[in-house]
Amino acid sequence: MRHPGDPILAISLEPKLSWRTIKSFVMSGLMIAAFVAITIPLVLIIYSLVARGAPVALKAFPDFFTAAIPIVSRRSGPGMGPAIVGTLLCTGGATLIAVPLGILGAVYLHEYGKMSAFARLVRFMAMVMTGVPSIVMGLFVYVLWTMRFGYSAFGGALALACLMLPIVIGATEQMLRLVPDHMREAAYALGATKSRVILTVVLPAALPGILSGCLLAVARAAGETAPLLFTIGAATAYNPHLFENANTALSVQIFGNATSSFAAAQERAWGAALTLVVLTFLLTLVARIVAARFAAKR
Amino acid sequence: MAEPLHLRGTPSRSDQAFRGLAIGAAAVVLLVLALIAIEMSGRMGPVLDRMGFDYFTSRRWSPGERLFGALPFLWGTLYTAIIALVLAVPVSLLVALFVTQLASPAVRKPIVYVLDLLAVVPSVVYGLWGVLVLAQPLQKVFLAIHNAVDGIPGLQSIFGASPQGRSFMTAGIILAIMITPIITSLAREVIETTPQNEKEAAYALGATRWEMIRASVLPHAKGGLVGAVMLGLGRAMGETIAAALVIGSSIGQITINAFAPGNSMPAVIANEWGEADQLHKSAMIALALLLFAITVIVNLVSSAIVQRSLRRSRGTA
Repeated sequence: MRHPGDPILAISLEPKLSWRTIKSFVMSGLMIAAFVAITIPLVLIIYSLVARGAPVALKAFPDFFTAAIPIVSRRSGPGMGPAIVGTLLCTGGATLIAVPLGILGAVYLHEYGKMSAFARLVRFMAMVMTGVPSIVMGLFVYVLWTMRFGYSAFGGALALACLMLPIVIGATEQMLRLVPDHMREAAYALGATKSRVILTVVLPAALPGILSGCLLAVARAAGETAPLLFTIGAATAYNPHLFENANTALSVQIFGNATSSFAAAQERAWGAALTLVVLTFLLTLVARIVAARFAAKR
Repeated sequence: MAEPLHLRGTPSRSDQAFRGLAIGAAAVVLLVLALIAIEMSGRMGPVLDRMGFDYFTSRRWSPGERLFGALPFLWGTLYTAIIALVLAVPVSLLVALFVTQLASPAVRKPIVYVLDLLAVVPSVVYGLWGVLVLAQPLQKVFLAIHNAVDGIPGLQSIFGASPQGRSFMTAGIILAIMITPIITSLAREVIETTPQNEKEAAYALGATRWEMIRASVLPHAKGGLVGAVMLGLGRAMGETIAAALVIGSSIGQITINAFAPGNSMPAVIANEWGEADQLHKSAMIALALLLFAITVIVNLVSSAIVQRSLRRSRGTA
């Protein structure tokens, strides 16, 4: 990017100190100040997470990540193991549901439907779905699934999948748009059927971009609380079953312990928060690296 | 767009099956949205039988007395979202201008990184930080602000007496931090469509950088910026967990005092769900459906504005 202000005004490169230039300086200063202002909460949050979370997580290493959650919340001591397993179960289950559905849906939108009325309706509704609050998804799955089949990690996975689906569709369609038409044409010229062209040429070409978009969706889902609050119940022991019995998750534990008046519970909340943030940051980082590789290869 | 030659004949069976699979997957989106509306409105019966239209107009929410009026939570949702917008919009626009107009490419990268990180922090972590770290010092700040404006009509009721650490304002501040990256990234996208020649024209007339922004960039991006702000509004109204932790969970308060504890639609659902009976749950499902309707409308309007503005500016670029 070049800044046209510098070369073009060759006549008066010496800035005259009029109220106009002062105003421009002040506004530039405000822009920088605004950026500093949004950096402050990020730095403060990361500081709090490390200062309060790290001692809790590391004091009882590795027990904090493996032990069960104390049943009485005022009791001090480690244990977020079941919550970590619950988060992985719910997020993993949601990924297994939302990613194939989302990719297939995007394949329909971009390879079959294009600008047909049905495709435009689906595209529009996917955008509407992106804006649905996560708590609505949680209550929806409660009404649809939990009232009939009871609490389980699968209920949470369903709710998270509802949140991920439109994100995966949007990201995938954007990546399919980047696959050049001549690749499709070359495959057709070799006599391939449409489904073969999509499965063996189009999707592999777009794969890194799709992967990066999906990882971002997974990162967002892993940090969600509201969809799990009504669907997975409250457990303190390990429950590795996807479909059976109440479970728990890191985010739910943080929410429950945050307003507790007991120091021990608050400590566990900070430890769980640090764990959750590291998990989501890692997923985002991997997504960035995948996307950067993709961009470099193109 | 390439089309296979043989489509004029009969496609093979596996080809048709794959097509059907893709259509089915796309239809899931419609199915989910339809099911949300149908399944959830089917559960509103008990509370509407009990309260009738009073559900939307009554100020009294008292599960013990079997009375449910949604009005205080509507007010809280709106009020916290407005506070969040008042705080987040100027900051987001300035940051977006900073990224697009002022920062060199080398500086741009870390800025975008900061915005990404802010967007990735889970909302429950914002809530945890808000309630355990921010609330106490904020109460002192609120008190100082109240003392400073005491006696000025209008201001003294907004920045009202006996401020609490967990209040409308606290929720508004946390929501503002959460929606800033969303508004900023959309605003950037819109601002970047400003044609280079319009900017150079302003410079050629001797404009300073700020005059160039006011004359070329802002008029060009106006529609899209309005849409970006409305998208932020939709997000702020639907945000649950952070608001639930810091808003203070008062029952039935409708007040303009931003320093008073309040409640919002998603917050009351998250906080009261655990010990609710059937009627109470039905009242909260109705709240969620109301929230669904409001956020869908806000999002529709905002995306319509953004799309139209983007299309128009790309057309003239």
